[in-house]
Amino acid sequence: MLEIIRQVPVEYYVLYSAILFTIGVMGVLIRRNAIVVLMCIELMLNAVNLLLAAFSTYLSDSKGQLMVFFIMVVAAAEAAVGLGILIMIYRNTKSTDISLLDKLRN
Amino acid sequence: MNALLPLIPFLPLLGFAVNGLFGKKLPKSLVGIIGSGTLLGAFILSVLCFQQLGANSEPIQSDLYRFLSVGGLDINFGLMADRLSVWMMLIVTGVGFLIHVYSIGYMHDDEGFYKFFAYLNLFIFSMLLLVMGTNFLMLFFGWEGVGLCSYLLIGFWYENREYGAAARKAFIMNRIGDLGLLLGMFLIFYTFGSLDYATVFAKLEGADPAVVTTICLLLFVGAMGKSAQIPLYTWLPDAMAGPTPVSALIHAATMVTAGIYLVARCNGMFEMAPYAQAVVAVVGLATSIFTALIGLRQNDIKKVLAYSTVSQLGLMFLSLGMGAYVSAMFHVTTHAFFKALLFLAAGSVIHGMGGEQDIRNMGGLRKHMPITFWVFLIGTFAISGFPLLSGFFSKDEIFAATFAHGGAIWWGLAAASGLLTAVYMSRLLYVTFFGEFRGTAEQKHHLHESPLVMTVPLMVLAVLSVVGGLLNTPHFLHLGNDQWLAHWFSGNGVNGTPIIPLAEMHLEVSTEWMLMGIASALAVLVLIVTYFLYSKPQNLPVADSEQQGLSKVLANKFYVDELYNFLFVRPTEYLSKIFHYYVDIWGIDGIVERTGSGVQALGGYFRRLQNGNIEYYLIGMVAGAVLLFLSMYL
Amino acid sequence: MDFYIFLTLAVISVITALLMVFARNPVHSVLYLILTFFAIAGQYVMLNAQFLAVVHIIVYAGAIMVLFLFVLMLLNLNKDSEPQKSNLWKISGAITSGMLLVVMVGALRNQIQLPAAAEYQPDRGLPAVLGRMLFDSEFVVPFEITGILFLAAMVGAVLVGKREIKV
Repeated sequence: MLEIIRQVPVEYYVLYSAILFTIGVMGVLIRRNAIVVLMCIELMLNAVNLLLAAFSTYLSDSKGQLMVFFIMVVAAAEAAVGLGILIMIYRNTKSTDISLLDKLRN
Repeated sequence: MNALLPLIPFLPLLGFAVNGLFGKKLPKSLVGIIGSGTLLGAFILSVLCFQQLGANSEPIQSDLYRFLSVGGLDINFGLMADRLSVWMMLIVTGVGFLIHVYSIGYMHDDEGFYKFFAYLNLFIFSMLLLVMGTNFLMLFFGWEGVGLCSYLLIGFWYENREYGAAARKAFIMNRIGDLGLLLGMFLIFYTFGSLDYATVFAKLEGADPAVVTTICLLLFVGAMGKSAQIPLYTWLPDAMAGPTPVSALIHAATMVTAGIYLVARCNGMFEMAPYAQAVVAVVGLATSIFTALIGLRQNDIKKVLAYSTVSQLGLMFLSLGMGAYVSAMFHVTTHAFFKALLFLAAGSVIHGMGGEQDIRNMGGLRKHMPITFWVFLIGTFAISGFPLLSGFFSKDEIFAATFAHGGAIWWGLAAASGLLTAVYMSRLLYVTFFGEFRGTAEQKHHLHESPLVMTVPLMVLAVLSVVGGLLNTPHFLHLGNDQWLAHWFSGNGVNGTPIIPLAEMHLEVSTEWMLMGIASALAVLVLIVTYFLYSKPQNLPVADSEQQGLSKVLANKFYVDELYNFLFVRPTEYLSKIFHYYVDIWGIDGIVERTGSGVQALGGYFRRLQNGNIEYYLIGMVAGAVLLFLSMYL
Repeated sequence: MDFYIFLTLAVISVITALLMVFARNPVHSVLYLILTFFAIAGQYVMLNAQFLAVVHIIVYAGAIMVLFLFVLMLLNLNKDSEPQKSNLWKISGAITSGMLLVVMVGALRNQIQLPAAAEYQPDRGLPAVLGRMLFDSEFVVPFEITGILFLAAMVGAVLVGKREIKV
């Protein structure tokens, strides 16, 4: 039996990834730079990944880790497209400030 | 003949179509020829039918097509001519033809000439459907059709608001009656499972008398509306807003007798329902006397005739209520003759006076319009019951039947009504045609006898008014054709039994002589007395403002219109105002508008959320996630 | 012993994550985030998911974060003068996310029930086991589809990044 399973209750992992996730959410809410917002999203995804990996180990089931791989794939694709869009926006507005992105209003 | 039967109603329909569609471009003479010619054709065909039925009383029938087939309801668009129908057909097409010819002259200067003829032809078509239908639905069809044409023709000069109002009044009042007829038809179908005369009358034997009484009363409500009986009579005097030939054709000779026809057609039912008969008789008699009294103090030449018509219709219903169906049909016939004559003569007067209708502005027209005067005289004498003229015979029969069936009091009241008839008609005659001319000089200058196209129909009708009584002479006179009409109507109907069975009158010959003698003596007496009365200028009708006492009440038609206004119109208007303000504007509109404005206001608040700024959306999203967690897990 | 390693890594990752959020310079943010990722990779190792840890380092720290850094440099955003949100926004954002934390922990805390007698197998994180699982089970179709997703993302990124297309 893995040492860590005996020493660290699974609730700690829940708390830990919840904190990381919330930091990501907070970043999304209070930052205006679109790139930082995207990074925060990555952080949120990682929080989820961590919890999945923890559960996978605690349950001795590798499906959780497979899920993590899929999430990584999605995250990579999202980063690629998101950054592409960001560059496009920057090219048009000379800014990456999301507060200025209210063109849909009119 | 069976193949030609549909032509009778459809010829006028053709005239309607041609005049209605192309009349505007056709010359007036052609429009008149088409309008009258189709009717003449229908009249000739009706005469042929009449001849065939004279030889063999089996009804001529022609089912054109299946009109309606729903569940147990199976209705053919069927036409028939039994002896009752053919009689009505002859009146409608014959009198109608004369009135059409007359209209060519009367309406000659009117812009809506072609329209007038189109409507008249449509009316004839509807009326023919009404009398020729083989079932109640066809009758209803025609019934509504004539109502529509009546509305169109009363409001013919629709530029005048009052005339339009009169048209609507007629239409609405008729609608009340029509509802009764419709309910009656429903009940007939519910009880007998069919609307065909043949089936219904054949099944009458086993029917529940209470149900039959209800049916009869409902049918009578329909008749009340169409034939202007108390309490639905007030539309008819107002209907005089229409052109005079219309008043003559629709509101005197034909349409208003549809109610009589309906009751006569259903005489088998009414025979089973003595209570309904009593109601018919009471309503008829009351209407007759009531409107005759009103007629005494009217000063519009057409209004007098209108009240006279209502009064005569009341007499006919009295006759129907007394079980004397033939007498009623007989009076329908003679009334069609002399009332059409009187109306057309009045029209001739109005034509000559340049549109003046108030008899107080007439007088002495005898010298200026001799033909009109003489035919009007004949008409007045005929309706008053002057011996040996048509009205004498038909009214005498009604009185005799009333005496035989109801007793002396009924007879006395009926005779009083007849007496009043003589009074107001002779008043009309003397005030209009005798004495000195009271109109303006311009009118006097304009005064002229009407053209031949108008006077010839008048003369024909005058002859008919004189000899029409010979159709059904009492047996005790031994004129060789006694009770001819009664025998005619006793021919077989669609279900193989007599249409109107021969009725025996249980009166002594001496009694009949006495009744006839009293009635005719009274009529003659009245005609003489009133002549002297109205030859004095101080007895002439006075201006409305000088009316006093009972006379004023009469001149104001017993204030029935005002009463109806107070009882029905005002409460309805009040109610509709309440509904308008509180239910419609405040309630329904309020709901709709407040829903709209509420959504709009709400949208005003929510649109602030939709400010296009991602930050707001993000914070909203997170807050939403919080709430979601809260609701799901806590 | 393991517990303290866990705690240390956790504290490092949380602090660097906070620094990432609050750093004024986006480049610093990227660097802090990379640190966070390393700490998380350490957690993976602790959880006996070594292959995952390696992949994590390669994909996140090696690829995605480099991409971010590259974009930052490309757009020349590495300065401190980035516009900040008002304090009201910051406070409300912090409150909202704090609420989310409370609610989330409260919601998840009692939802996890590990089977008491879970037979532990130490090989679950090995590449061989994962590979067999990935290619020899119901995950094979989703796996192929991720390939299509990548292709689409690549095409999309290229298309979006292109300059005006002359039609």
